[in-house]
Amino acid sequence: MAKLHVTTTINGEPTEFLASPDQNMLDVLRDTLGLTGAKEGCGTGDCGACSITLDGRLVCSCLMLAVEAEGHSITTIEGMAQGDHLHPLQQKFLEMAALQCGICTPGVLVAAKALLEKNPDPSETEVRFWLAGNLCRCTGYDKIVRAVLETAAEMRGAA
Amino acid sequence: MNAIDNKWIGTRTIRPDGVDKVTGRAGYAADNVMPGMVWGKVLRSPHAHAVIRSINTAKAEALPGVKAVVTAADIVNFPLDKSVMLGIQDMRWMCRNVMAREKALFHGQPVAAVAATTAEIAAEACKLIEVDYEVLPHVIEIDDAIAPNAPILHDFIKYEGKPSNIAGTMVNKVGDIEAGFAQADLVIERNYDTRPVHQGYIEPHACTVSCTADGKVTIWSSSQGQFMVRAMTSLLTGISQSNIRAIPAEIGGGFGAKTIIYLEPVAVMLSKKSGRPVKMVMSRDEVFRATGPAPGMKATVKIGMKKDGTIVAAHGVYYLQAGGLPGSPLRGPVGCSFAPYNIANVLSEGFDVVSNRPKVAAYRAPGAPLGAFAVETVIDELCEKLGLDPLEVRIKNHARPGDKAVYGATFGSITFVETTDAMLKHPHYKAPLDKAPAPHIRRGRGVASGFWYNAGGESSAQVNITEDGNVTVTTGHPDVGGSRASTANVTAELLGIDHSRISVLIGDTASIGFSNLTGGSRVTFASAMVVTQSTEKVIGQLKERAARIWKIDPEAVDWENGEARPAGANAGKFPALTLKELAAKANEMGGPIGAGIQLNTVGADPGFATHIVDVEVDTQLGIVRVIRYTACQDAGRSLHPSYVEGQIQGGVVQGIGWALSEEFLYDKTGKMDNASFLDYRMPVCSDLPMIEAVALEIPNPKHPQGVRGVGEAGILPGLAAIANAVHDAVGKRFFSLPLSPPKVLAVLDS
Repeated sequence: MAKLHVTTTINGEPTEFLASPDQNMLDVLRDTLGLTGAKEGCGTGDCGACSITLDGRLVCSCLMLAVEAEGHSITTIEGMAQGDHLHPLQQKFLEMAALQCGICTPGVLVAAKALLEKNPDPSETEVRFWLAGNLCRCTGYDKIVRAVLETAAEMRGAA
Repeated sequence: MNAIDNKWIGTRTIRPDGVDKVTGRAGYAADNVMPGMVWGKVLRSPHAHAVIRSINTAKAEALPGVKAVVTAADIVNFPLDKSVMLGIQDMRWMCRNVMAREKALFHGQPVAAVAATTAEIAAEACKLIEVDYEVLPHVIEIDDAIAPNAPILHDFIKYEGKPSNIAGTMVNKVGDIEAGFAQADLVIERNYDTRPVHQGYIEPHACTVSCTADGKVTIWSSSQGQFMVRAMTSLLTGISQSNIRAIPAEIGGGFGAKTIIYLEPVAVMLSKKSGRPVKMVMSRDEVFRATGPAPGMKATVKIGMKKDGTIVAAHGVYYLQAGGLPGSPLRGPVGCSFAPYNIANVLSEGFDVVSNRPKVAAYRAPGAPLGAFAVETVIDELCEKLGLDPLEVRIKNHARPGDKAVYGATFGSITFVETTDAMLKHPHYKAPLDKAPAPHIRRGRGVASGFWYNAGGESSAQVNITEDGNVTVTTGHPDVGGSRASTANVTAELLGIDHSRISVLIGDTASIGFSNLTGGSRVTFASAMVVTQSTEKVIGQLKERAARIWKIDPEAVDWENGEARPAGANAGKFPALTLKELAAKANEMGGPIGAGIQLNTVGADPGFATHIVDVEVDTQLGIVRVIRYTACQDAGRSLHPSYVEGQIQGGVVQGIGWALSEEFLYDKTGKMDNASFLDYRMPVCSDLPMIEAVALEIPNPKHPQGVRGVGEAGILPGLAAIANAVHDAVGKRFFSLPLSPPKVLAVLDS
């Protein structure tokens, strides 16, 4: 299949790539652009390890065609820290040990950031339902939920 | 014991590998690329059971872009009549699990593999491989596999003189159970069945392999042991270990299942034949269909108790599903189920049953959660009928240090009674519970306990002082859940320097001494031991250097707070020498400073867990929800408390999934029907409450910091505790897992 030329924005950078019409965004991020922070845990949109945002909306990049990025703006885990300054969620996940193996962590962080941008004061239940699309097999989610709630409280305090 | 005032041990430091993992930079197996790399894909059996008459790869090889094709002919053949063991793995089964030989034994078993310039071409080429199968009748369930006239998977396996699907047995026995049951006031016998469950790591198996013209092989893969990868790949390819370098990628979850390999030997042969580096990544569908689940079980457990709660006799019979190749973890249920208790008369029997399913692999305390499910629910029923408190009965019967376990060992400083007593006294146990908060909602509370062996074993560490006076520590264990953080805490403590000055790395097989698997709840125990001894040697060297500079006896030098100091007034008066100052003078005073230790570590006492759980049952829908959970284990010493809690919490939630929602479903043709995370239902964030982890710290006297392994025992009690809680809620006993809504409704309606 002939490849198509796509012009998009990734983590604030104007980006161009070639992709087959049937290629998904996750494969382009990982194999074409070298952005391997998004992980493939299932390829069917069930695990959330490949989470990115498209114009601010949380999506599974494995369920998005790469050509759909044309003219839009994508952020990935690689765009979350500002230089060597970690996002408060990243810092809190480290302090509260909200990761073990870490394979789900990029997706969880991208999803959690999308939540706090929509809802700066989520309840525990809201955090749990928002993150229900991000599978973690190591932690039992306890420390993840606590870290998101704690970050939200700190960010509200700082705002 | 560690006598110094702990500044780092027991603190919640930031893990050395943390920043890479929250920024997406950590290198997992599928993240690696090599120049000139091609892609490998596996052709898998479409049949649950079939003779492979022939394989024709000509059309696949002719497809443009295809660089190599391999079949079982390219993998070392281990004949069926002679066992060759690597640890607990028999290479006869491993070589066939990696690539089917005479027969396909389960749907999804590898039959051939292709390397091509793109993954798409490799997949296309797989379709061009012509395999001539003679399809045989298949068998999936244990009852069907051991029935008379069942299809036999392996003709050479005999049980009681006849070809059979019972591939192995194990018996543990003490006393005389018949005499024991005669003393009982109440005997209860129950039958159980459970379904296979998957370990469910989020990272599918993946590797990149480079085999060069000089016969050297480099493997970059994710596993629970780079030395296992090297040894197993060596056996299955015939390439010597010295020519294989296995580099451990970050591992995205294993839980036991990555203690064996699937792709690496295939990728090596593809790379060797193609002359190109080869990358292979499994899909989730492949992970479900062809990598090891934990076995399903059929069991009968009979326990006799006196009116005062004394358990006088116990009999367990456990049939486990091995999958298509033998190797169920019989020692799990057979050895562990009754081990928390001192019972005079025990017979514990296990049967390894093959059927046309993927070969099982280890899963967190392999096999033991199944036995605990059966035994701990029978104990609960006995307590209920005799009007006894279930935790007090467990305490009454608890195994003590010096008792001989049913599996043969004599217990060291075990702490089961302390663990259970902590739960008896925990506020959760006596907290009020509204048992009928709404017309169709019932709530209940359950408890259960569990035992796991834990392990020591071979470990290596190297501690080096950098030229600028900082520290690198290398160990040989893949870090599945924060072990580098514990290592950093121990090293900082012993050297008396700031945690941030220590970097902790996992060495590859060429750069660190042999280290056994990350498994058996052994890594924090064993690595703290070798890191302690290595660091103590380094401190000895530092004291020697200071002594040489001061021209005094090394015995007269103390190491304190990161500095060498004269031990007392008699030693002389010298200004302290810091680690940085000593490092700066290292070369003029005898050369680089560093030390390594390689040990077969011993002294790992078993682990015990006791849990309390509250559930809520929707009696209209049959849905069971966990609403409160408290789990206790003795960590001996929590080197890093967050990762101790994390192990407990993660184990608990895997137990919840096993109890409530996870199971392999098969269609009539022997294909798994739910090979996706949508249909294989692991617990998600919204299914769960917070999980309270209670980590006791009763030091293990045989460990320098007092560590006891905590990784596995947390998965043990949940299955039974939840079933007991559901009984408390609705008044019915459940003997079959998972407690899925249809099953719950069927029992409620009966």
